[in-house]
Amino acid sequence: MEFKFEIEGGNFSKAGSASSEVKKILKQLNVNPKIIKRTVVSLYEAEVNVVAHAFEGNMNVDIDTDKIVVKIEDRGPGIPDIDQAMQEGYSTATPQVREMGFGAGMGLPNIKRNSDQMNITSKVDVGTELEIINYFG
Amino acid sequence: MEQIHFYHALKVVDEVCIGCTHCMNVCPTAAIRVKNGTANINKNACVDCGECLKACPVNAIIVEQDDFTQIFNYKQRVALLPTVLLGQFPDDVSEVQIYNEIKDLGFTHVYEVDGAVDVLIDSTKKFMHKHHQERPFISSFCPAIVRLIQVKFPALVDNIIQLKPVIDISAQFYRKKLQDKGYAQNEIGIFYVTPCAAKIAAVKSPVGEEKSLIDGVINMDFIYNKVLLSIKNSKKETKKYPENIHMSRRSIGWTLTTGEASRYSGRCLAIDEIHNVIEVLEKLENEEITDVDFLELRACDHSCAGGVLATENRFLAIERLRKRAAWYHRNKPMIMPEREIDLYKTYLQENIGISKVEPRSILSLDSDMMVAMKKMKKINRIMKVLPGIDCGACGAPRCQALAEDVVQGKAKMTQCVFLQKMLTKEGLISPQESFDISEDTWGKSRFEKKNLNDH
Ligand SMILES: Nc1ncnc2c1ncn2[C@@H]1O[C@H](COP(=O)(O)OP(=O)(O)OP(=O)(O)O)[C@@H](O)[C@H]1O
Ligand code: SF4
Ligand code: SF4
Ligand code: SF4
Ligand SMILES: [Mg+2]
Repeated sequence: MEFKFEIEGGNFSKAGSASSEVKKILKQLNVNPKIIKRTVVSLYEAEVNVVAHAFEGNMNVDIDTDKIVVKIEDRGPGIPDIDQAMQEGYSTATPQVREMGFGAGMGLPNIKRNSDQMNITSKVDVGTELEIINYFG
Repeated sequence: MEQIHFYHALKVVDEVCIGCTHCMNVCPTAAIRVKNGTANINKNACVDCGECLKACPVNAIIVEQDDFTQIFNYKQRVALLPTVLLGQFPDDVSEVQIYNEIKDLGFTHVYEVDGAVDVLIDSTKKFMHKHHQERPFISSFCPAIVRLIQVKFPALVDNIIQLKPVIDISAQFYRKKLQDKGYAQNEIGIFYVTPCAAKIAAVKSPVGEEKSLIDGVINMDFIYNKVLLSIKNSKKETKKYPENIHMSRRSIGWTLTTGEASRYSGRCLAIDEIHNVIEVLEKLENEEITDVDFLELRACDHSCAGGVLATENRFLAIERLRKRAAWYHRNKPMIMPEREIDLYKTYLQENIGISKVEPRSILSLDSDMMVAMKKMKKINRIMKVLPGIDCGACGAPRCQALAEDVVQGKAKMTQCVFLQKMLTKEGLISPQESFDISEDTWGKSRFEKKNLNDH
């Protein structure tokens, strides 16, 4: 089953709405609450990254009986050094973003922890594509 | 053991219900449907919050209570009171009178449950320290919230603190105390005067405990009326406050908002009113809110002062309770005499634990995921046909709810009045069939001939 959600860059008040929708769906599908939690936590971080660092994006969700595959694509500045971005505490967040309580540089590491597979590809000045896969079994 | 059948004290009186849908639209778990012209509550989904009762314009929803005379089945009859009860009475009624009148009703002992808060605060601090990796902690205070988490937020059940609320601690205290005085188990009857339906459900179908320590429940409005009536008739003058009891500010404030949250260190939030609570639980579940230590969550607006069985306006009740707390604080004895409950502290703390709260999600469409997916696809297809205006004329609170009911075999798509019109226009159902469907939802009497010209 496929679902698609838009993510608006810069709008922190709406950040989390796509991941909440996915959460609702997973609850209806009787997925184990612990796996729902892991999935939603990683999707939320990914969604916030688009809001905080990119211009716009979307979340494509594909749910099968054994796994959920989510692709989050954005149009934005891209990530020049992915290994560096993956490090705990590394952040390029602006002071304004930090003031809103984001920018600890914990998002990507948190996604890694809460997903079974995570793949990032990024092109500077074009955008970033993040794939998250979690297995239900 | 968790029961399969959940006891609910809230009942719809069919003869009074006019099928107006007010209750259906406010229910936070979408537990209500209108069928045959009256509201029906789904027992698995209801969390006993009382929102429906508060919204009903004709008082068709009542809170069932145990027969009062059952107290006389016991030699020792203990009335456990919530402190909010003391805030219900007019200012010229004294506490001494209230206590006396409750005894005159037939109780041998009267005790305010919030006298047990110190035992709980102490144990809660220890619990949070010991399980610090499981923060944020959610209080087990409000039974409606515990049930809400079970049915709607199954991932959060482990965050609920596994300790008894003060009512149960008080019940255990009194039972032990009377046993120590030589009374047998079956001579002791413990009755809780409840401000809400949720506490009744907690006594009748406890969560995390095998059996409740309470023998029966008495509705607060019932006690209020009885007590006030006899006070009005007797006109005995007494002092406003008793001389031999001291109630701490902690105890009196416990059932009010911030009563718990103000007692613990770290980041503690106090949230009242069930929709506010749902908003926060959503964020908590997504880990949008982190770095919180303790959550005091209550279903009623302004906590138990806003309980469905409260008779007084909640703002006035709160003001009175604050005044009461201030009086006791000013008149605190220089040397605090040892309170009886303190003698039992070790015993009570040894028995204060409850088992893990089990989730019982009402959200899943099917336990088999393959089937659930099929159902979800079907729901999405139905949603494309329904108008999406959530009018409730089908007897379900939202189009989405009707679509789910259809897929679960609990409703027919043709209950939607828009679909009925379209199908009738296309000749797929006859006007009579359409009329019959509406009668099934709204009951025959709704459609009895009314002459438009009479008005
Ligand atoms: N979608 C994206 N587009 C462009 N840059 C990104 C994107 N996602 C992450 N980054 C870069 O990677 C860095 C690290 O991301 P990460 O999510 O770990 O931390 P953060 O977003 O800065 O802070 P936190 O997630 O803790 O609030 C970001 O500061 C940013 O430079
Ligand atoms: S008590 Fe609350 S959950 Fe139960 S039917 Fe009424 S509004 Fe719904
Ligand atoms: S609010 Fe509910 S219970 Fe009350 S009359 Fe309307 S439908 Fe019936
Ligand atoms: S807030 Fe208090 S009165 Fe209201 S449902 Fe919860 S326990 Fe009952
Ligand atoms: Mg981030």
